[in-house]
Amino acid sequence: MRDDDPIHDDVPEKTEERSGVSRRGFLKIAGVSVAVPLVARPEMVWAAGEQVPVHGPGKVPMEFTINGKKYKANLEPRVTLLDALRDQFDLTGAKRVCDRAECGACTVLMDNKTVYACSLLAIEAQGKQITTVESLMQGEKLHPVQQAFVENDASQCGFCTPGFVIACKAMIDKHPNPSPEDIRHGLAGNLCRCGTYDGIKKAIAQVGQKGA
Amino acid sequence: MPDYSWPPEDKRTLIGKRITRVDSPLKVSGQAQYTYDVHRPGMLYGKILRCPYAAAKIVSIDTSAAEKMPGVKAVHVIQGPNTTIHWSGDEVVAVAAVDEATAEDAIRAIKVEYRKLPHLVSDAEPPKGAAEEQGPLSVDDIDDMLDNQVPSQQMVKQIQDYGMTEKADERGLRMLKSDGASDAVLDAVRAATVHTDVAAKPHSNYQKAAAVTVGDPDKAFSEAEVVSEGLYGTPVITHCCLESHGSTSEWTDDQHLFVHMSTQNVSGIAGQMAEKIKLPATNIRLHQDHIGGGFGSKFGPDRWGIATAEISKKAGGKPVRIMLERDAELKVAGARPSAYARVKVGAKKDGTLVAWQSDSWGTGGPGGGGSPPIPYVINIPNQRKQHTGIRNNIGPARAWRAPNHPQAAVITMCALDDLAAKLNLDPLEFFLKNIELARPRHEIYREEFGIASDLMGWKQKWHPRGQGGSGNTARGMGLSMHTWGGRGHSSHCDLTIHPDGSVELKMGTQDLGTGTRTCILIVAADTLGIPMNAINLQIGDTMYPPDGGSGGSTTIGGVSSSTRRAAVDARDGLFAKVAPALGAQPDQLECANGTVRVKGDSSKSLSWKEACSKLGAVPLTVRGNNPDPSKPPDLTNSGVGGVQMAEVEVDTDTGIVKVKKMVAVQDCGLVIDLKTAESQCLGALIMGISYALFEEKVMDPTTGRMLNADMQFYRLAGLSDIPELVVHMMTGKGYDERGVIGLGEPPVISPGAAISNAVANAIGVRVPFLPLTPDRVLSALQQKAGA
Ligand code: FES
Ligand code: FES
Repeated sequence: MRDDDPIHDDVPEKTEERSGVSRRGFLKIAGVSVAVPLVARPEMVWAAGEQVPVHGPGKVPMEFTINGKKYKANLEPRVTLLDALRDQFDLTGAKRVCDRAECGACTVLMDNKTVYACSLLAIEAQGKQITTVESLMQGEKLHPVQQAFVENDASQCGFCTPGFVIACKAMIDKHPNPSPEDIRHGLAGNLCRCGTYDGIKKAIAQVGQKGA
Repeated sequence: MPDYSWPPEDKRTLIGKRITRVDSPLKVSGQAQYTYDVHRPGMLYGKILRCPYAAAKIVSIDTSAAEKMPGVKAVHVIQGPNTTIHWSGDEVVAVAAVDEATAEDAIRAIKVEYRKLPHLVSDAEPPKGAAEEQGPLSVDDIDDMLDNQVPSQQMVKQIQDYGMTEKADERGLRMLKSDGASDAVLDAVRAATVHTDVAAKPHSNYQKAAAVTVGDPDKAFSEAEVVSEGLYGTPVITHCCLESHGSTSEWTDDQHLFVHMSTQNVSGIAGQMAEKIKLPATNIRLHQDHIGGGFGSKFGPDRWGIATAEISKKAGGKPVRIMLERDAELKVAGARPSAYARVKVGAKKDGTLVAWQSDSWGTGGPGGGGSPPIPYVINIPNQRKQHTGIRNNIGPARAWRAPNHPQAAVITMCALDDLAAKLNLDPLEFFLKNIELARPRHEIYREEFGIASDLMGWKQKWHPRGQGGSGNTARGMGLSMHTWGGRGHSSHCDLTIHPDGSVELKMGTQDLGTGTRTCILIVAADTLGIPMNAINLQIGDTMYPPDGGSGGSTTIGGVSSSTRRAAVDARDGLFAKVAPALGAQPDQLECANGTVRVKGDSSKSLSWKEACSKLGAVPLTVRGNNPDPSKPPDLTNSGVGGVQMAEVEVDTDTGIVKVKKMVAVQDCGLVIDLKTAESQCLGALIMGISYALFEEKVMDPTTGRMLNADMQFYRLAGLSDIPELVVHMMTGKGYDERGVIGLGEPPVISPGAAISNAVANAIGVRVPFLPLTPDRVLSALQQKAGA
């Protein structure tokens, strides 16, 4: 395996920054959740020496804050944030590609940190600020990152693009003048099949100079 | 006769300039709607149960438990008992339910009993004596090919080459048609030579094609002063479109189907579905706004697309969405055939090429795969070639950008590079020495090599093979060249100018992310002298005039030609109405800068809006076509040349290859949009780096399954794998006047060969097969040390 392999090198670190529970992490604790206050009153069971609530397997009322707006839905606890966004709230900017934390097409922000929406349960995203690509435009005006993508032809089919735009925005917010290392690290979790990386690099260079 | 020809350079306002892609704002803001994003009211979610075995017979299927589950709305058997399955992951039963999780639960509740059959998933060199000549085909053989999704042209070729065992009667032909045989295949069956004396042979997995001899290879090899021998090849890789294959289908009434499908072939899908779902093609509407990648894998509705329509019917016509999961996408939705070869190539001491011999093999799954056109581009005077296709159970092959060419480039350019190394020649000098063999485009290649060499700094950087540096890093340089056809396909559009000045253009084409929308608008706006955003362009629907599928680099030539003809006719129609108002003859008028005016007299001018008001009450609509011999000249053309160079750095301790720089110099006739054309080349270089270093569909010989059907282990290049990329488009005199030629395929052909050659130059030994993974690099180094 290559020493700079993004999957092996970057993702675990990135996951730690991500405040949610990954899908696999969730499966490990077998449907038991301790982190989130809930609307419906769940059944309580003893697990790992403490009382924890059990949700589901039926639908549970949930409430989200997405792009500053409140959204409500009754969802099974096994529904991912990505599927909730796309199929319940018609926010289809984040794409479903690998559906298991390998490609970044589903990237959204949770409390301003990038997360893979496909690998986060919707139930865990309650009480957090979720930001999707749909919110970046101010009226008709594109966000500087988006504008730079347009000018540098950083999308072809465009299916990876929303994920890259969000990942770039998060990276630029953190590093307004990103080093090659910041860029490598910040975008290591996103893949493109059409080969738009050259345009993306140029877009970042442009925003980096101008400032976002 | 109006002048349809492309405007000369000084008259072009948009054509050939650097124009920003028009649909980028939609894509960067998440507003572009893809098939996967379509959410129809009351939509059900479909899932498919797939066969876990690479070869099996279905014995029985029990769906009763699934049918009883709450939330399950329909269950549909796709392949029933007694069907033989030829690859793992093939579709068996579909379920439609109120949500995805319920559909998944239902799939798990279905019981299928299989009888396992022996399988083959290897594409290793055929054992000696195993390969058989294909004999004449039976109707069943052809049915098998249809079942295995063998491409139509390949079937036609086999039928023509080998004939049939019996004359097909009308019943047989009807059966083939209902199983999806194209008209070309049926015609081939009708016209086939019948060999009643030969019974159809039992099928070997190894199908030998007829050997080909050109000139006198024995004599040429005996006279050659230097002969180099080697082994080269590329494995099966997948398309891995980020938007997986799939569709949403709904019956708007019992005679009408509305389909959203991720497809490269908007106008061609209804005709392929009609027979199978027993509905006239006229009653099938298909719509697609954007597509998340196709690369050659999305021309048909596919078994799952038909199943989606059928299960929607069973669910009372409700919309059903079935998009493939990533593992299914990688397993069943398309693979590029492998190709390997043992090559012997001979030359004079001065580098003059004299002889080629190759024994090649490869697989494209059940159909056996195509045979690569070798020797590629360089037409060596004396040749002997033999190809064996391996029919196996890895799943069906599909066209993957430039079918057969990247494989041919690797086999040829790497063999020639090894010969150049043996001759102690700089490969650039060696290729230029033999460039006449690249007729008819040898002068283009010569010019391109000169430009590429300067952009790469080849002369300063190149060193003889194996002298790539000391310590644990070695640098190397490699090159390759390629060709492609790219003539524009059949295309039709309607252009309407309304009396209020608004303009709309409708065409049943699709934009794969190649910039098709942008290019159509450039041509129309340049011709009409109005801004691109003044034209409302509608594509992606069967309600618009039909356009060819986007494959083989045929789209740009087709859509630009039909648009140009429509725009010229519309413009001239407008001139006829406006001329009296300007006191001039129609042929004295021109459109420019949003005005219609008398040429050379700026005082006589009307704004576009005023001019259009002269149309009266009825809008002006014209149809543009390609081809259209009644409206010359031919605006598209075929045949391009390109060269590429790669510089790499190899860590000889770890075997890791890093590409440091790539240069692509490409011709494609008249460029419509320089910006998106360059993006095509950049994207192709990146895709090329990806397949050169990382991609391989790995099959497990024991279970017959794909081992890396996910995006962690089916590895695509990431941003940090991409070095400095330099693209130079050949434009201007000698290029523009050839007309518009496609660009999707050519630049993706050479990267594998150029990178492999650069690695050989760096480490002093050939790594025979792509991808150039660390283990392969290390084992080549070990062999060199041991030699
Ligand atoms: S879809 Fe979430 S990472 Fe690929
Ligand atoms: S633009 Fe097509 S996958 Fe990135």
